[in-house]
Amino acid sequence: MSPGTEFAPSCPIPITQYPRVLMAHGGGGKLMRDLLEKMFFSALGPAPAEGRHDSAVLEFPAGRLAFTTDSYVVRPIIFPGGDIGSMAVHGTVNDLAMSGARPLWLSVAFILEEGLPMETLWRLVCSLRDAAARCGVRIVTGDTKVVDKGNGDGLFINTAGIGVVEHSLTIAPASVRAGDAVLINGDLGRHGMAIMSVREGLEFQGRIESDSAPVSGLVQKLLAAGVEIHCLRDLTRGGLASALNEIAEDSQLRIMVDEKSVPVREDVHAACELLGLDPFQVACEGRFAAFIPAKDADRALALMRAGECGAGSVRIGSVEDVQPPLVVLKSAIGATRILDMPAGEQLPRIC
Amino acid sequence: MKFLDEYRDGPKAAEFARQIARVTTRPWAIMEICGGQTHAIVKFGIDELLPKSITLIHGPGCPVCVTPLEFINKAIEIASRPGTIFCSFGDMLRVPGSATDLLSVKAAGADVRMVYSPSDAVKIAVENPSKEVVFFAVGFETTAPATALAVRQAAERHVNNFSMLVTHVLVPPAIEALLSSPECRVQGFLAAGHVCAVMGCAEYGPLAAKYRVPIVVTGFEPLDILQGVLMCVRQLEEGRAVVENQYTRAVRPDGNQYARDLIREVFEVAPRKWRGLGEIPASGLRLRRQYESLDAEKKFGLAGHDTPENPECLSGLVLQGRIKPPECPAFGKICSPEHPLGAPMVSSEGACAAYYRYRNRAPSAAHQPAPPTPSPISPTH
Repeated sequence: MSPGTEFAPSCPIPITQYPRVLMAHGGGGKLMRDLLEKMFFSALGPAPAEGRHDSAVLEFPAGRLAFTTDSYVVRPIIFPGGDIGSMAVHGTVNDLAMSGARPLWLSVAFILEEGLPMETLWRLVCSLRDAAARCGVRIVTGDTKVVDKGNGDGLFINTAGIGVVEHSLTIAPASVRAGDAVLINGDLGRHGMAIMSVREGLEFQGRIESDSAPVSGLVQKLLAAGVEIHCLRDLTRGGLASALNEIAEDSQLRIMVDEKSVPVREDVHAACELLGLDPFQVACEGRFAAFIPAKDADRALALMRAGECGAGSVRIGSVEDVQPPLVVLKSAIGATRILDMPAGEQLPRIC
Repeated sequence: MKFLDEYRDGPKAAEFARQIARVTTRPWAIMEICGGQTHAIVKFGIDELLPKSITLIHGPGCPVCVTPLEFINKAIEIASRPGTIFCSFGDMLRVPGSATDLLSVKAAGADVRMVYSPSDAVKIAVENPSKEVVFFAVGFETTAPATALAVRQAAERHVNNFSMLVTHVLVPPAIEALLSSPECRVQGFLAAGHVCAVMGCAEYGPLAAKYRVPIVVTGFEPLDILQGVLMCVRQLEEGRAVVENQYTRAVRPDGNQYARDLIREVFEVAPRKWRGLGEIPASGLRLRRQYESLDAEKKFGLAGHDTPENPECLSGLVLQGRIKPPECPAFGKICSPEHPLGAPMVSSEGACAAYYRYRNRAPSAAHQPAPPTPSPISPTH
């Protein structure tokens, strides 16, 4: 299990009289106040000294700010290598990191389904707290709603994040240039296959753990070293295939990828082969692609490899000024093919 | 990965390609039967390594693609009934019926579940005794043993709320149907290795002899397919027409006796309609009389539907190997994996989807193999 996702048994559950979430916990009365104070404020930070209020008022450092939001509906809510709590922090922190911002503050909104075990909620709140501490972000505002049993899937989380942009680059698809190197920070497909492995009816031998992790530290490191980053993109839904296709389309440039250079762990590869999935299209939660000018590529790679969540960094391809803008893969046997986006959800094959 | 990377080795692939070029003196048209092979060919660019005089024709070996429209409609009709749980392999969910597809029916409130094994559907039936649970049993001889096992489990445990919509099909009768067509331009076949792993190779000998076509039982990795092509071209060049086994690491001449017995115990051979090919005698499997109570068509009173195909979709010609997917006027225009007109654009094994995913706009898309010349081996009918 990656650091920060382990449930610390040293955190005793603060609410004991109700083993499950009741509708009344979202009703605005005493039970709700109890839940907020004992669970959320105690774990995620106390209410401000000037008293509880409807919004957080924050001192902002000079410069540009980055602002993002994401909702987390993963099922199961606890999976090998992580859970929805830590994922809700990593995902939003990573979205901020993709514009080169240093993450500062998060909002957290919980939608709880009636009947959710309090113990599960506490475990997830603690996980969220630990992940925020690891990323160096503060949770400054939040919300809780409870929905009737059957109207939710245990719990959903929305987080929004604000970060400060302390560089003068434009880290975006429009900055990608022909000749750029494409780097990724590790092996592909582990999050998606970790989730698949615990969904109903699927059991693999061995255990594939999610790659859910924050990558903002790695990005900050590249920026601090003066690497001229052209573009960053996290490899979440749709995996590497979707990320590269979006950038090829937005930049109107071709991306050439050498299939053999893309790391996929053997167990992930085997599970994908069994289920008829393409690891290039499977979601990651701690991986990103970086578009770096060729002159900086080796230095960036060395920095990434020495950083947290970057040990497996590799160069997988380069950008070319060839039309039409596509992602083209050099296959294992030396021929080329298009790497396309998945049409919808990946559907396992029959035989 | 062990047992996989060895069969995707670049230098070895190039060596096979050189050998094929060396033995080829004339144009040849070879059909790979199985959609899994089609996908590997297009995904790895295997056809790009072959001499231009060799044309690979993509066969009808994709179970999703050959399932006729009326069965998709029947599946949708069953799934839409209240109190039903409809279980299917993932591939079938996006295949368009006449009006809608299973995923859309699910979005409208139906309980449609993706399973990986027919036995999982039996389990769902046991866990939900107040619901009717129906499994969509599609596939070739490869999936039939698992379906048969589920039938036996359901019968032994008296799971009365379980039934299946059976459209299992058989490969050798489809090969015969293709070969006996006057338009057939296939001169040699790569047979599907996994089908033969179950059924053995015995059924192919008479076909090779009757129609004077070489048939090479072939695996699914790039080196398997290249070696299969090499073996097939050698036979063609030498004027031989016999069954050979390239996939010896998986296929025994008599197949898997246990799996074959299981199929025979549960199913009997029956005529079956194929999408794009029409009805082929003795080309399908249906439940034997003692398992009739598990037949969803009978249980839900759905026998005898007949639905015409969408005229804009030329998948029938694709499935017969008469056109390549990009030659269809709808390809990539009104038909794409997001909005498929026909099943070959949906399935992971469908030829249209393979071309769309890997070739649609590829730099090599301009490279079209030379059209085959008339067959020097004329089929003897």
